Amino acid sequence: MNFSFTQENLDKIEKVLAKYPDKQSAVMPVLYIAQEQNGYVSIEVTREVARVLEMDETDVLGVATFYSMYHENEPGKYHIQVCTSVSCMLHGGNDIFNAVKAKLGVKRGGTTPDKKFSLEEVECMGSCGTSPMMVINEDYYENLTPEKALQIIESLK
Amino acid sequence: MEKIVLPDIENLHKLDVYIANDGYSSAKLAFTQSPDEIIDQVKKSGLRGRGGAAFSAGLKWSFMPKSTAKPKYLCINGDESEPGSFKDRQIFEYNPHQLIEGILIAAYAIQAKKCYIYIRGEYHKWVKLMQDALDAAYNAGFIGEKMKETFGTEFVCDIYIHKGAGAYVCGEESSLMNSIEGKRGYPRVKPPFPAHVGLWGCPTTINNVETLTNVPPIIKKGWEWFSKIGEPKHPGTLLFGVSGHVNKPGVYELPSGTLLTDIIYNYAGGIPGDKKIKCVIPGGSSMPALRGDSLEGIKMDAESLRAAGSAIGTGGIMVMDEDTDLVKVLARIAKFYHHESCGQCTPCREGTGWMVKVLNRIAIGEGSKKDIDLLISIAGNIEGNTVCALGEAAAWPVRFMITRFRDEFEARVSGHIARDVSNKVHSMRNTKNPLVPVEH
Repeated sequence: MNFSFTQENLDKIEKVLAKYPDKQSAVMPVLYIAQEQNGYVSIEVTREVARVLEMDETDVLGVATFYSMYHENEPGKYHIQVCTSVSCMLHGGNDIFNAVKAKLGVKRGGTTPDKKFSLEEVECMGSCGTSPMMVINEDYYENLTPEKALQIIESLK
Repeated sequence: MEKIVLPDIENLHKLDVYIANDGYSSAKLAFTQSPDEIIDQVKKSGLRGRGGAAFSAGLKWSFMPKSTAKPKYLCINGDESEPGSFKDRQIFEYNPHQLIEGILIAAYAIQAKKCYIYIRGEYHKWVKLMQDALDAAYNAGFIGEKMKETFGTEFVCDIYIHKGAGAYVCGEESSLMNSIEGKRGYPRVKPPFPAHVGLWGCPTTINNVETLTNVPPIIKKGWEWFSKIGEPKHPGTLLFGVSGHVNKPGVYELPSGTLLTDIIYNYAGGIPGDKKIKCVIPGGSSMPALRGDSLEGIKMDAESLRAAGSAIGTGGIMVMDEDTDLVKVLARIAKFYHHESCGQCTPCREGTGWMVKVLNRIAIGEGSKKDIDLLISIAGNIEGNTVCALGEAAAWPVRFMITRFRDEFEARVSGHIARDVSNKVHSMRNTKNPLVPVEH
């Protein structure tokens, strides 16, 4: 599947490039722009990013695979991340994870067959004072109970 | 008690409210003085880094070479990913302009014309809030070319946000610089130190978000005023993030040297069900754990905590009550560091994985007595043998939790190993192209 940036995103990339003294430094923000357009960072995406930034393909791939927030596979429409790190764990983060997992009927890291939901167990998200928590796409949901978490998921269309 | 970093002023994140509260007047004052005078004041104030190492901020700035043809850079570390640490996000949300003002003053002191705020990728909302604040400050002429008119100064600087993408190790300063340069976040070997060879090979200073937010009041109210708050050797207020088994978890800004028990019982409202405390980690999950029966009289500042056998770290206080399963807690902490090890140094890459496996074996009751000493041996082989401090961060919790709570671990093991741990080829992530076994 070929990938090329939309004109709008090429303009965005121009603006990003102005922040740095060289092109390679823009690779992380450009990968974000690409991921937003494509849904995930495929091999074609890394190839195109490398072409735009005049980088080696392997260097782009190296960056894309090092950072956990670049998706190698297409996540669901709602990508749910539940924190089970220490502070959340002390407040029942594992219960939230298990409840969501059972509700969606997926494995850890899996996606529902209709591609609506994907589930990930994540490390500390910085909500220790408002734990337990989950993140849906970019939004934080804090001070959860399993019931509340399931209600939130049910409300997603 | 006066709050310096997060004052109780409504809507302080809005530029007009910040200006109405004397905002950006410290920067104006700073630009009338020489960079050396600024560095001197910050040095004398005793301000120490809030990112974990508690290093003198003024001294750090003074390491920047004065005569160099190369551009200089300032990085602001808002990667905040240590479990138990959630203070910087409060600054992004509630007091972003004081941070920006602190950045301007620091940039002027070290003569950096480009500044990068590194914010962890998961903080989408806070990246947006910070960008909003930056845009407002740009429009009002507090940053960029228009600074000349606004402040009547020759000094001009730009501030950008660089969003991380989910790597804890990028909170390490040299790894953070590699990340800004568009590389994998591998820490660099030191020396050379960033003040000489930093971003793109140029002199660079890296300061924590909270550290720089303290700077404007120091310039405005004077270093003497600041140096008299809290403990003399570690003055000022600290943002204590209290989490775990307390009634009122949250971030509390208190003078350094506040009693740990005071923070837990008075500010954070004590332990639910009035249970006893089994364990407290006082500075974020990588710091040595303290026993609940040894908390009396411990003050929260770098020196006092070192004397008590721990460290201040980022001030993230994690409280665990008497019913907490510490073996499970330690296994979870170990899992975090294994997940976040960048894979560059063998002792950390392999050792963190072994510790997880052995701890998991103990947690399900299938470990042996030998495992306890094996864990301490692995920790000892990581510590000091890695490029960056993630090695220590992974080793300390294991070493100190086990030595201080050995009874908890001994109660869970028997004389022999009931379950072997399988040894697989380590992989940072699940790859789509797994190694195919060789056919003979």
